[in-house]
Amino acid sequence: MANTTASQTIGPYWHLLEDASWADLTRFGAEGAKITLTGAVLDGDGKPCPDACVEIWQSDPPASDRFPGFGRSNTDSAGMYRFTTVMPGPVAGRGNAQQAPHIAICILSRGLMRGLVTRAYFQGQTLNDSDPLLLSIEEPARRATLIARPAGEATWRMDVRLQGEGETVFLDV
Amino acid sequence: MSDPIPFRPYAPGTQPPYDAPAYLGTIKRHPKQRLHPLPHTVTETTGPRFTADRFAPLADLTMVTGKPALGERIIVAGTITDEDGRPVPHTMVEIWQANATGRYNHPSDQHDAPLDPNFHGAGRVFTDENGRYRFLTIRPGAYPWPNHRNAWRPNHIHFSYFGPAFATRLVTQMYFPGDPLLAFDPIFHAVPDEHARHRLVAVFDLDVTEPDYALGYRFDVVLRGRSATPMGH
Repeated sequence: MANTTASQTIGPYWHLLEDASWADLTRFGAEGAKITLTGAVLDGDGKPCPDACVEIWQSDPPASDRFPGFGRSNTDSAGMYRFTTVMPGPVAGRGNAQQAPHIAICILSRGLMRGLVTRAYFQGQTLNDSDPLLLSIEEPARRATLIARPAGEATWRMDVRLQGEGETVFLDV
Repeated sequence: MSDPIPFRPYAPGTQPPYDAPAYLGTIKRHPKQRLHPLPHTVTETTGPRFTADRFAPLADLTMVTGKPALGERIIVAGTITDEDGRPVPHTMVEIWQANATGRYNHPSDQHDAPLDPNFHGAGRVFTDENGRYRFLTIRPGAYPWPNHRNAWRPNHIHFSYFGPAFATRLVTQMYFPGDPLLAFDPIFHAVPDEHARHRLVAVFDLDVTEPDYALGYRFDVVLRGRSATPMGH
């Protein structure tokens, strides 16, 4: 049987696909607590990546006609992505474990031969202390790269550092 | 509740590394730390569903308001299967590309080649129940890019696939058989395994070709399949 086709970079011109409304996951009338998830994508020199495609997927609330669960945002000249979505709840983990509320993130961009996958958790959630993924990251500073922080009214910020100091934990999925 | 069945790990050598220094753009953008393992949970084994009624298909990129784009009309068609050879039905396929002169209709593309107002630079279709898809487009031109001296990208079409789960997301590029630029392209050559690399090159196919109308290229793609048995954690 054939193996999975090889990935190639999304390149700098993927915006030809872009529909800016996709960054708003509440546009079909989703119910629930609306939040903004935003942050900068930064390279190994700490410089913004202004040409990235940031995609999110959340398994909670479950996708429906009113909530696509999936969003796509560009990054602006400051490297900032920005989504409007619904605050996720806890999600079943493997075995009897429960996962803390989280949003899966995939960064695609020029200079990335494959997507880089990470997750945004939310500061202050009790379940963060028992989340299997967070617990599996031993170094607290590394674990902290996956925690979005409050940044204003119903707004959460998580920067993504592709390389170097403060490098975000990227996941082998 | 039983654990979700994970998707298979990628076969060694079949995917490009993040650190691919011949492609200069990777130098400051690849992570230095090893990827952290994450046994698949429901977040990874589920994914978005796109439907044609909400995400309008555009299978013909060669015509804008009845006026034909310039260049060589081509048909690109193929089948999307998983690693077990099962078709992936009703999944969204997105493409975008340069026009016949090698120019993207994008503000960042400053290559001195003409834009074509009658060419759609992007398209979207959904596979049928047998995993088949088909686009009508224009053969894209080559274009220079800032990497090594005299660097030119081979003719290519960008493809984006979702498949059934977040873990099956794939973005790639389709190349054309016989392109002399392939030998020099660091993005193509970032895929270590030669066979995996050459599967990115479409196959000229007379069965896809329409007489007196357009040459046909077949580009079949494989998305990740599920592990045969659930893995431990």
